[in-house]
Order: sequence, then C-alpha cells, then structure tokens
Amino acid sequence: MADAVSQPDNYLTHTRGLRSWMFTLDHKRIGVMYLVSIMGALALGGLFAMLVRTELAQPGRTIMGPDAYNHMFTLHGAVMIFLFIIPGIPAALGNFVLPIMLGAKDVAFPRLNLASYHLYVLGAVFFVFTLLLGGLDTGWTFYTPYSTTTDTRVITAVTGAFVLGFSSIFTGLNFIASIHTMRPPGMTWFRMPLFLWALYATAIIQVLATPVLAITLMLIGAERIMQLGIFDPELGGDPVLFQHFFWFYSHPAVYIMILPAMGIISELISVFSRKHIFGYKFIAYSSVAIALLGFLVWGHHMFTSGQSKLASMIFSALTFSVSIPSAIKVFNWLATMYKGSISLATPMCYALAFIFLFGIGGLTGLFLGALATDVHLHDTYFVVAHFHYTMMGGVLIAFLGGLHYWWPKMTGRMFNDLWGRIAALIVFAGFNLAFFPQFVLGSQGMPRRYYDYTRSLEKHPEFEIYNLLSTIGAFLLAVGLVIVLIYLVHSLWRGRRAPANPWGGATLEWQCSSPPPHDNFPESPTVGDPYDFTNLRYDAERNEYVRKT
Amino acid sequence: MADANHPNAELHAEGKDAAHVAHHFETPAQQFAAGKLGMWIFLVTEILFFGGLFCAYAVYRANHPEIFIYAHQFLDKYLGAINTAVLILSSLTMAWGVRCAQCDQRRGLILCLALTLACASVFLGIKYVEYEHKWKEGLLWAGWFDPGENLGEEEEGKTEKGEEGNVEGDEEGPGEGTAGGLSRVSQSENGTVPFGTLGQRPRHVGVFFSIYFALTGLHAVHVIAGMMAIAWILVRAAKGHFGSRYFGPVDLVGLYWHLVDMIWIFLFPLLYLIH
Repeated sequence: MADAVSQPDNYLTHTRGLRSWMFTLDHKRIGVMYLVSIMGALALGGLFAMLVRTELAQPGRTIMGPDAYNHMFTLHGAVMIFLFIIPGIPAALGNFVLPIMLGAKDVAFPRLNLASYHLYVLGAVFFVFTLLLGGLDTGWTFYTPYSTTTDTRVITAVTGAFVLGFSSIFTGLNFIASIHTMRPPGMTWFRMPLFLWALYATAIIQVLATPVLAITLMLIGAERIMQLGIFDPELGGDPVLFQHFFWFYSHPAVYIMILPAMGIISELISVFSRKHIFGYKFIAYSSVAIALLGFLVWGHHMFTSGQSKLASMIFSALTFSVSIPSAIKVFNWLATMYKGSISLATPMCYALAFIFLFGIGGLTGLFLGALATDVHLHDTYFVVAHFHYTMMGGVLIAFLGGLHYWWPKMTGRMFNDLWGRIAALIVFAGFNLAFFPQFVLGSQGMPRRYYDYTRSLEKHPEFEIYNLLSTIGAFLLAVGLVIVLIYLVHSLWRGRRAPANPWGGATLEWQCSSPPPHDNFPESPTVGDPYDFTNLRYDAERNEYVRKT
Repeated sequence: MADANHPNAELHAEGKDAAHVAHHFETPAQQFAAGKLGMWIFLVTEILFFGGLFCAYAVYRANHPEIFIYAHQFLDKYLGAINTAVLILSSLTMAWGVRCAQCDQRRGLILCLALTLACASVFLGIKYVEYEHKWKEGLLWAGWFDPGENLGEEEEGKTEKGEEGNVEGDEEGPGEGTAGGLSRVSQSENGTVPFGTLGQRPRHVGVFFSIYFALTGLHAVHVIAGMMAIAWILVRAAKGHFGSRYFGPVDLVGLYWHLVDMIWIFLFPLLYLIH
C-alpha cells in the first residue's frame, strides 16, 4: 500500500494522448476535464465581476460606459451560474468521487457522461460566441419582454444555456441511475456517504427542473426568430408567465448549487473532527426535503410582479419552511464538531467558513422571504449580498473545501497546507469585506444592477464608502483565489506524493490508491460505516491513516 | 411489457454472453435495470419539457376560453383523429416488436419495427397536410397570424367592440346563432371551415395557434427523433443483435415511443376537441 503511489498504472497514466482524454469514458478523467473547464469559467466570470466592482468603486464613470456595464454584469451572472456553479460540484467533483464512493467502476452510463461534458463544451462555445458577437445585456434572467426586443445576442446565449441544461440533465440522470443500481452489496441507502445523498437530491432537481428551463429558453428563441407570441403582451402573450417558468427552474437551481456543497461539508466536518457524523438520517433526509420543498417556493421571486396576495402568502410560508431542513444540517454539523478532535487542515478551514457564511446567507434569506420586508428589499443590493453569501460564501467555499479534500486523490500530490490556510483566511476576509457592505447598501435602498449612484449621493453619501469597501474586498478575494491557484498548480510538479488516505476518511475513495487506478478497485471493496473512524490510526512515518490490524 | 420481474428478464439475468455487458456492470440484470431506470428518468424530463407548454395552454385557456373555443374549429378533427389512430396502432406494433425480441422472433421484430416506422411516416405526412393548410390560410402563430381576405369581422378600429362581443359570446357558448350552425354544416362536409364565417372573432386568436404550433411542432420533432431511434434498432435487429438474452435497447426505444404516442393522445383532445 505504501508503494501504491508509485504504481505505474493509474487513471492519469493509463492511456496517453489528447484523444484518450477527449473521448474517454472514464468518469475520473471526465471529472478532471470538467474541473479544468469550470475553473476557466470561474476565471472568466471572476474577471467580469472584477470589472463590475471596479466600475462601481466610485460614483460616475470609472472604467466603462453604462452599456458595457450592462454587458458585464449580465455575462458575470450567466457565466457563473450556467458554466460554473451548476456543473461545479456535481459534474466536476461529483463525477470523480461518486462511483468510487459507491465502490463501482464507473457511473451507470459512461457514454452519456462523456456526452454531458461535450455538451458542456458546446454550451460554453455558444457563450463565447455571445461575447464575441456583441454581448448580452438582459441580465442572466432573460426577462421578457426586454429579452425579446433587445438587439444584443440573446439567441446564442439562450442556445448555450439550453445546451448546458441538457448537459446538466445527463449528469443528474446518470447519478440517479448509478446510486439506484450500482451500490455494492452491503451499502444500503443509509450506509451511503452523505455526499451521495446530497448528489442524489441534487440530481432529482436537475432532472425535474431543467427541462422547464429548456422549454422556456426555446420559447424565447421562437419569440425572437418568428414572433411566436407566448410571452409578448402585444400579441396576446403573458410576460409574467415567463417569470413563473423561469423561476420554476431557477429557484430549484440554487438548490442544485447548494445541496452538493452541503454534502461536501457533511464529509469534511466529520472527517476533520474525527467523529461520527451526528444525526446521519436527519442530514440525509434534509437534503431530500430541501430538494422537494425547493420546487414549491419559486413565487418568492415575484412578490412585486403582481401575483395574487394569497399566492404570495403561500409562497412566503413555504419559503420559510426551507429553513427547517437547512437549519437541521447546520445544527448537526455543529453537534458533530462538539467534543470532536478538530484539525484545522485547509479543507476544514473552508468547512468552518462555510458554516459561518451560509449562516448569514441563509438567515438573510428569511428577510427576503417575508412579504413586507421583501417589498422594501426587492431588487436592491441586499438581494445581491444574500445571493452571494449563499452561492459564493456557500457553494464556492464548499467547492474549494472539496477541491482541497480530494486534490490528493485526484492528482496524487499534496498541496502546501500552510499556504492553503493562509489563502483560506484571505478568501474569507476578502469575501466578507466584499459582500457585507452590500447588505447595508441594499437596506439603505441602493438598487441592484444600476450603473451609477451619483444622483442619490446628496441623500446617501454613505453609498460611496460601502461601494469602495466592497470593491476592495473583491480584490482581496481575487488575491486569495489566485494564491490558491498558484499553490495548487505548484503542487502538481513539486507537491509531496499523496498517500492513499492523507485525511483519515472512512469512505471508499480513501481505500484505493492516490491517484486511483483505471478501474478504481481491483476487487470489490469492503463496505462499512462511512463515518466510523475508530478502525483508522495515523501512521506518522507514512504520513497517512491506515487500518488498525 | 417487460420489466425487471418479467420471466424473460430472468433469462436475461442468467445470460452469460458478456459481449453485451459493459465493463462497469457486474451482471446483465444490473445493466438492464440501470438502462430501464435511466430511460424512465429521461421520460420524466420529457414530460416536464412538454409540461411547460401544457402549463401555458392551461393558463391561456383559463384566461381566454373564447379564443380556444373559436380557434379550434379551424383544426381538422378528422385528420387529427386519423393521426391518433395511426399513433395508437404504432404503439401496438412497437409493443409487439418488444415481445418478438423477448421471444427470439427476429423476423417478427423486424416486421413490427418496420410497421412502426411506417405508421410514424403516415403520421408526419398527415401532419404535413395540416400544416400546409394552415400555412396557406395564414393561420399561423400570433406574430405571423394573417388570415388575409378571410379576415371578416375584426379590424383594428373595431377591436374594442369585438371584445365586448366576446364577453357576450362567452356567456352564450360557442355554438350560438347561425354562425355556429354554419360551422357544423361545413365541418361535416370537409372537416374545416373557411376563416371568417364564424361570427365575432375574439382578439389575439393567434395565441391559440402559437400554442398549437409549439406543441405539435415539438411533438413532431420527437416523432422524428423516435423514428431515428427505431431505425437504429431496426438495423441492429437485422444484424441479429437482439434475442431473449439481450433486448434492452428495443425495450427502451419502445418506452420512448409510447411516451411520444401518449403526448399526442393528450394533444388531440386538448387542441382539436374543445367545447
């Protein structure tokens, strides 16, 4: 086992050449290709974000005109949502880890998995074309009637999102079928790692919600190309129907983003506290509960769109109910840590940051779910801050935690843990500095998506300082992420060889070598309790955890 | 139909011919179960895909029943009914084909698949006739809706009046007055009526055709996709790939075809048979 790392045959060296990657059916390689791609999308979306924040650093024109600004925030949102966060955890990390956690050789439909990646690339190409052909200024939400009348490149963008939707559906379909049919003997539903429960719940949403987005985007295309008229009030259509369709997908979509993040946190908290997860079944069921409740709350995006008061009240109440399973998870994580033997390795730093930031992000969601306060806060920076606390403070931080956790498994190399912790601290500080002031801005009434805030300056001189703080925070955050990129890339060449089980995880992926062989397991692994750490002891010589004999 | 509990699925499970079992599956039964579940999930996504349009239909019909009552009369019930029968027949031949595959009847399978393809072609041919008629009459979706000289009652200046007329029309029902009677007479002759002979035309009739073309168009695309899948199965069947030990793809394409059929069974009454 000690020599596992020097085994010549692992999934990275199994075959060589570009084609062996582009057309591979190996879930691990597809996961790695997804990982590289979404990191590219993160960099692109991050670049747009930095341009937006730079423009807003001071009132008046800073670096770009209002039209360019509209393009920037639209593309920031569209790229981050469709190309980064939605495929982020499931398709990159999930693809790599899920079959190994199941003790399987691959996902149920490897070719569909590859097709999913190819569609992802195709969708990304459409987004690049959107950018090259003149951009998009509708906001990532494509609201009608503006999206059917603007002369920016809506068609390439919605085609891209449509294609990406199928990529997402294929991933979800694959995961559901894999979890149902590929579990090894002995792994009952309640012996699955919680990350798999989270991916399962995510996959349900991907499969049930994404088709509705697909048809909606098709209708927008038809509206633009041949004036179909379903969303156009001039022709008898209904633009609010578009909002219903759009949010029927896009609200559950935020749970596509956050649920796998929560799954990662469940793994990290237990492993780095060296303690059995507290309330396993509650965490598992709460993932499914969030997935199901998530379908019933889309109307809370439309409190000001003229929907009936009764509908708004029902949507508001259901929105509050989502906080119950979310809180169940947080309390169980805290209870897991209680009296645990906590080690502050880099992944755990991100896990702790997640709990704090998701706490703020989740609780501010209640402000927005309450009807009266939402009317005040609707379309202000408060919403932007809430969204980023859950999506960036939640999903991106958990993604980073998971990336660091599985990095040794994926690459066979250890990264520099000290730099990892420093970068985590910078990311955490930069994130809060960037987004906490936006809560204040929003509650003081600064609207989102506005290019300028000079005119309100007489009344609200404080807009200026909060915007400046936010921009400084954004740059700090970017510095932190660049440091992460540097030491991770550095580790690929200079990192210490990773042992099979550097963190002491008890799930199955830590039983195969790092990086795993092509077929994952030469013979079917023994399935035990995924959170039972009592059988593992730390071997200081080999820097890894080994089974007690 | 074959499911995992089917007696032939047992045979399927015992089959030792590893040629058809992908490397990551332990047994043929596991592969079959995964494929079947995957296809059912895919069918669920298809239902939600159409669900958006069914939802749009429900919303507009609830808000503007007069449009639907008025406009549906320009669809040809007879052609729609024939198409329904043709598709149901194709589902029978498809199911029969799956049965043939399970019973090692290769020629029966090929015949059934060919018949299914033929039915699908007939369906699309009839659909083409209907579309062509709509195109000639200018009965298109809202943006291109232009019935030309048949326009009759409604003109720009008269829309307000027209709308008032609708409200009354609603209360009295669609078949009121001589216009309704006329429509029945002419329908019984050739199934369709010339536009503009049906009394007051509600505003935004084009929305009905928007939904009609969106739903039937998307359905036609699915029929074509189904035909491609059946053709692929037919080629493989001709090569002798399928039998009682391995019939998964036939079964899965069959499931898909039944869904395409079933969606039409909903479309037909919703669009053609409104009262």
